[in-house]
Amino acid sequence: MATRRVRFTFEGDAVKEPVIYLVGHEFEVVTNIRMADVEHDFGWVVLELDGDHDEIDRALAWVEAKGVRIDPVAGDVVES
Amino acid sequence: MTYATCLACRECGREFPLEPLHVCDFCFGPLEVAYDHDGIQSKITRERIESGPRSIWRYIDLLPVDEDFIVDLNVGWTPLLKADRLAERLGMRELWIKNDTCNPSWSFKDRVVAVASSRARQLGFQTLACASTGNLANSVSAHAARAGMEAIVFIPHDLEAGKVLGSAVYNPTIVSVNGSYDDVNRLCSELADNRHWAFVNINVRPYYAEGSRTLAYEVAEQLGWRAPRQVVAPMASGSLFTKIHKGFQEFQEYGLIEESPVRMIGAQAEGCSPITTAWRNETTNIRPVKPNTIAKSLAIGNPADGYYALKTMKRTDGGSTAVTDPEVVEGIQMLAECEGVFAETAGGVTIAGLRQAIETGQIDPDETTVAFITGGGLKTADAVVEHVTQPIPVEGTLQSFEDAFAEAPQAVGVGG
Repeated sequence: MATRRVRFTFEGDAVKEPVIYLVGHEFEVVTNIRMADVEHDFGWVVLELDGDHDEIDRALAWVEAKGVRIDPVAGDVVES
Repeated sequence: MTYATCLACRECGREFPLEPLHVCDFCFGPLEVAYDHDGIQSKITRERIESGPRSIWRYIDLLPVDEDFIVDLNVGWTPLLKADRLAERLGMRELWIKNDTCNPSWSFKDRVVAVASSRARQLGFQTLACASTGNLANSVSAHAARAGMEAIVFIPHDLEAGKVLGSAVYNPTIVSVNGSYDDVNRLCSELADNRHWAFVNINVRPYYAEGSRTLAYEVAEQLGWRAPRQVVAPMASGSLFTKIHKGFQEFQEYGLIEESPVRMIGAQAEGCSPITTAWRNETTNIRPVKPNTIAKSLAIGNPADGYYALKTMKRTDGGSTAVTDPEVVEGIQMLAECEGVFAETAGGVTIAGLRQAIETGQIDPDETTVAFITGGGLKTADAVVEHVTQPIPVEGTLQSFEDAFAEAPQAVGVGG
């Protein structure tokens, strides 16, 4: 089992989709939201994902394909 | 002994021990070092600081490191130059340049890495790590060499050879990641959780960030124990910007300088300006961007401390600027031509941002202003190579020289 802490950023139509619900429905992954701020056309959610490492990878790839940006909770860590 | 007492969540305030942690387990907010303020207050004086070394370690009472663990490359105490010629060109009364190009690996990153590497040593780490495209990797590699620690540097596979050299010379392990910038981000975030390595800006980030406060301490001391009225600083993650302000606040709280407001102005390149965009849109919700600018050292599309930078601007009646790449080059040239300081592109952003802040009324040209120059120009020479003075070709004869010199547009009248 693995745990991943990530930040989803939603823009445009992606805001309206129940992406996090569907992650729990379509994949063997437990989602646990810790912080969020969602406006009408933009929003972000910080959450923890629990599950098998590969299953989390598959879930995140699916989320990304939905047009949601995924980042580590610490933001960009690659600096100049 | 350090006066650091714990790590505290910037969002919910929960406290954690001084360990390699960076995110609150409860709300996932960022952690920050907390100090015994009474202990510091009882000990710190101007005289005590002035009798310390001419480096950031003169402020050790304010840093989260015990003296026995210091990794010392003589970082900091860089020049604060009164920039009269540049001030005149910009129509300002009093401008100062904090020249952090003079650090051991030629950028301000030495300040943060000095603190991170020292704390990492205190925490028992044998290995320093980072993901970087330049300055940070240079500094991590240099500090690891100095400390006798291992260094592991992760770079995108398509990074130019010239940028790798500044790290490679210190003989770190360099891992070239075959993927996008985001892939490097994710890999390193996962490794920071799984390996016993001190990733300087991930699992030891709370300590790392503290090093930036020394910029404000030095400026206040070098100005004769006073804070400037206005500051212009570049913003990438936003951490440097917020910590500079915190540094001035702390000096005021400890009675080292008089209480006076410091207006904080941020500078970004238009090709990567998520913080300035949020500021202009009057929101604290930062929308991540894909960077596209020559100011690579500021190219953080999803800034971890952007929200806090915006709060700092608001609290200080400050502002934020975004400048084009040609303006960045102009900024580099202006600083070099007027003051003899060759800055990397981030410095060009700062100077061009300063000019924009004056033009837009965000900065009062009659007030004392400090602009922070955070890295040396040879790191980004490509940005200006097409824009600088070209040599005048002559044969080795006096006549050839006289003919060519007379026609050269930049020739100056040299007496005698």
